[in-house]
Amino acid sequence: MPHVVISGDISRRFTGGEREFDVEATTFRRLILELDRRFPGLGRQIEEGMAVAIDGEIFQDAYAAPIGEKSEVYLIPRIGGG
Amino acid sequence: MSKIHVSTVINDDPVEYLCEPQQSLLDVLRDELNLTGSKEGCGSGDCGACTVIVDGRIVCSCLMLGAEAEGRKITTVEGIATGDKLHPVQQKFLEHAALQCGFCTPGFIVAAKALLDENPNPSEEEARYWLAGNLCRCTGYDKIVRAVLDAAEVMRAEAAE
Amino acid sequence: MTFIGKDLKVVGTRPIRPDGVDKVTGRANFGADMTVPGMIWGKIKRSPHAHARILRIDAEKALRLPGVKAVVTAADFPNIAAEEAFAGEAIMDFRDLSRNCMARDKALYDGHAVAAVAASTPAIAEAALELIDVEYEVLPFVIDVEKAMAADAPLLHGELFTQGIEPKPTAPSNIAKRINFTKGDIEKGFREADVVIERRYTTRPVHQGYIEPHACVATVAADGQCSIWSSSQGHFMVRQYCAHLLGIDIANIRAAAAEIGGGFGGKTLIYVEPVALALAKKSGHSVKIVMTREEVFRGTGPAAGSVIEVKLGAKKDGRLTAAEVTLKYQAGAFPGSPVGPGCMCALAMYDVPNANVTGYDVVCNRPKVAAYRAPGAPNASWGVESCLDELALALGLDPLSLREKNAAKDGVKAVHGPTWQNIGYAETLAAAKAHPHWRAPLGAGQGRGIASGFWFNIGGESTASVHVNEDGTVVVATGSPDIGGSRVSMAMMVAEVLGVAVERVRPIVADTSSIGYTFLTGGSRVTFATGMAATEAASRVVDELKKRAAVIWEISPEAVEWRDGMAYPAGQNAGAFEPLPLAEIAFRSARTGGPISAEAAINAQGPGAGFGTHICDVEVDKETGAVKILRYTAIQDVGRAIHPAYVEGQLQGGVTQGVGWALNEEYIYDKDGRLENPGFLDYRIPVASDLPMIDAVLVEVPNPRHPFGVRGVGEVPIIPPTAAVANAIYRAAGVRLRDLPMSPPKVLAAIDEEKG
Repeated sequence: MPHVVISGDISRRFTGGEREFDVEATTFRRLILELDRRFPGLGRQIEEGMAVAIDGEIFQDAYAAPIGEKSEVYLIPRIGGG
Repeated sequence: MSKIHVSTVINDDPVEYLCEPQQSLLDVLRDELNLTGSKEGCGSGDCGACTVIVDGRIVCSCLMLGAEAEGRKITTVEGIATGDKLHPVQQKFLEHAALQCGFCTPGFIVAAKALLDENPNPSEEEARYWLAGNLCRCTGYDKIVRAVLDAAEVMRAEAAE
Repeated sequence: MTFIGKDLKVVGTRPIRPDGVDKVTGRANFGADMTVPGMIWGKIKRSPHAHARILRIDAEKALRLPGVKAVVTAADFPNIAAEEAFAGEAIMDFRDLSRNCMARDKALYDGHAVAAVAASTPAIAEAALELIDVEYEVLPFVIDVEKAMAADAPLLHGELFTQGIEPKPTAPSNIAKRINFTKGDIEKGFREADVVIERRYTTRPVHQGYIEPHACVATVAADGQCSIWSSSQGHFMVRQYCAHLLGIDIANIRAAAAEIGGGFGGKTLIYVEPVALALAKKSGHSVKIVMTREEVFRGTGPAAGSVIEVKLGAKKDGRLTAAEVTLKYQAGAFPGSPVGPGCMCALAMYDVPNANVTGYDVVCNRPKVAAYRAPGAPNASWGVESCLDELALALGLDPLSLREKNAAKDGVKAVHGPTWQNIGYAETLAAAKAHPHWRAPLGAGQGRGIASGFWFNIGGESTASVHVNEDGTVVVATGSPDIGGSRVSMAMMVAEVLGVAVERVRPIVADTSSIGYTFLTGGSRVTFATGMAATEAASRVVDELKKRAAVIWEISPEAVEWRDGMAYPAGQNAGAFEPLPLAEIAFRSARTGGPISAEAAINAQGPGAGFGTHICDVEVDKETGAVKILRYTAIQDVGRAIHPAYVEGQLQGGVTQGVGWALNEEYIYDKDGRLENPGFLDYRIPVASDLPMIDAVLVEVPNPRHPFGVRGVGEVPIIPPTAAVANAIYRAAGVRLRDLPMSPPKVLAAIDEEKG
């Protein structure tokens, strides 16, 4: 099952401090829905404020981004630039 | 306050205009004569984007009054090319990619042309000091200086022919 | 579809940009160059106070001045509710954006817009500003980041509670947010260290310094349809933000991209556009607003000033065991400094087993910060790259070897979480080591510094369409304002795919009603993301061309090959027909199915991380404290350079901005919180005589996500220079500067102190 890690700040706001989860999901969309079901409000936070690194590659606004059975998934702050 | 009547020569054309006493030459060029090639980056003579040649000398047109152009001979960036033939400085800016956003470019083109009119064989250091009154925030000046030195070489070769 | 590893004819060459002639002859139209019939002039009145309650605004006298057509204040803008969105370059709140464009209730910094006027001439508008009477209640203010964090600091926003700490605070604060990244066991890491270095580094706000002040022309028709011509990094951004701030349907705004005279992140926000729209609506005229340079300094940008505390622990051999970094960033008047990316970039380049990075986003009475090239990263790296140098000296190690020993590589887990893949940091270090500059002899009083930088780069939404003209020439239209030569890159990628000469492809930047949505020009995304869209659209055109050739030949489209701008019959039909050039197919397009064109609208992912390493030689004048840059080499993994000259230009320009940040640039405030140096005379950006040639070395580790292997390149080059210069100064003069800018008085003071 994919392993998901969130930052300390987000965990304090939404998950009671828990930072790592195993989540059944094959796409980023499913992952968001699954996390939001467990921690209401976390889904919107992820959609609007975060990027996702799946096996080291960063995606933003990409529901369809594929997640593998053994994927390592990090939720990090969104990235802009100059 | 009534406007001032000015007769001058701009890019070899006789030009007459009316301007307000406090209006800068830059504002006259841009707002009254529709010569918008000269740019305003600061309005205080620090950036050189409005550089024009007045009677053979480079001047920040934001620091000169429109009224002071009476009887002068002015060259703006619009007057550097000859018909559809670019000046070597313009051509070399293109070849060396010596511009990114292009906003400071008119000022650099005018200043560089004036440099090469005065000194056909400037050293890198001379070119850098001459152009120190023109600010560019995009290029780091490297390609600008190369373009100017290359244009100088082309112009020397042309002059020798 | 990939072109990586293939023999390319156009990509990698240096053609002349198609918009170039207009720019060297003065014909290109920038923001302030537009004039429309019946246009009048807008000017903005700004607060002279760093922090003040606006008690009353009386425009009666101004409105009586002949020629004055309208005055607007916050009362003319919808009072929109707090709403966080990731709309532009950072998470921001449209309520804050609205209040930044026009102060409501309080002015939060010297230069904050409080009213605006439109009049028939600029001179009348200027005179009318003086006649607008604003009554203020002046409030205590705070400029410095650490003073703003203090418990007894004057508060900017009564409703701001620090996010990211538990339990949720009960009292408001100027600290908008605390963020934190941890890895491993930081205490254990420091216990294992043989050497620990702990230092504090500081920076002042710096302005993006684009030479073109913000400018726009706005028109509002009686039926509510609006048009905006403005200089920005994204006309779709302008449209979206103006619609939001003024309550206009997006379809009723048509925004066009003027040529843009530099941005560097500073034009990823709006300032004048909504004000011009409000004045246009109220006056019934088209309204032009052009900022003065003073307004640009007082009212826009800058990049955050900051405090960076760094503690590094290492074994004797140089292997890092622990790193602790605290970043305190000024956000300016509203929350939203780039401290998040700052935290992630701080240690991203290194394989550190134990780390703790904490960031604070702090409001203070300065202009709201805007993105500036790799926002957040230069501050963090100024601290970390300087401290690494101090560590190298303490360990007696070569600073390049120390970096090599700890460099992030594929498979290394970054402090912010992800495991790196396809990165080229080590390649830039290897290129630095191999470069003649690294071994060149130095004279007395000279020193050499090295530093590295990392930036994520971004992808995002882009639309491109490719049209084949009747004669076989081609147009590529995109929605990305061209800030540094991106049009030529678009034309080159399309020409490569179609197999035609680049001069046969003309690129344009289409307005918001003429092309699909395209995210702004920033984050080093255009050549990557919009280039991906243009490549995709061109590939679809090739598919269509093959179909048309198949119709002409009466064979299956699968039996047609496209190469060098021509259709060839392939497989069993090989050699059966003469090849059909693009122009021939275009000429017959009506008979084969109609116009040939294709559009690609994508959300590009996988932008590819960017790494760079810089080497800098300086000479320090011990009498004056002046630092002269003698030689500079910037090495960067660029993935694949489409037009190498413009890629080099990105490196050279970024380096120069970084050198300005290092040596000269800073905001200076007086005791009343007013900016004292709002002009290019006193805010000194580098000039031609300050610099040598800058050697740009392009390392190409292709990004597999892009058809040509492109990585973003524009952001990274501003990151290493501050530390590279400081590290060189130390070796030249034996003094360690930890406060930017390293201006002559500070360098001289450090030299005098060293002498004792």
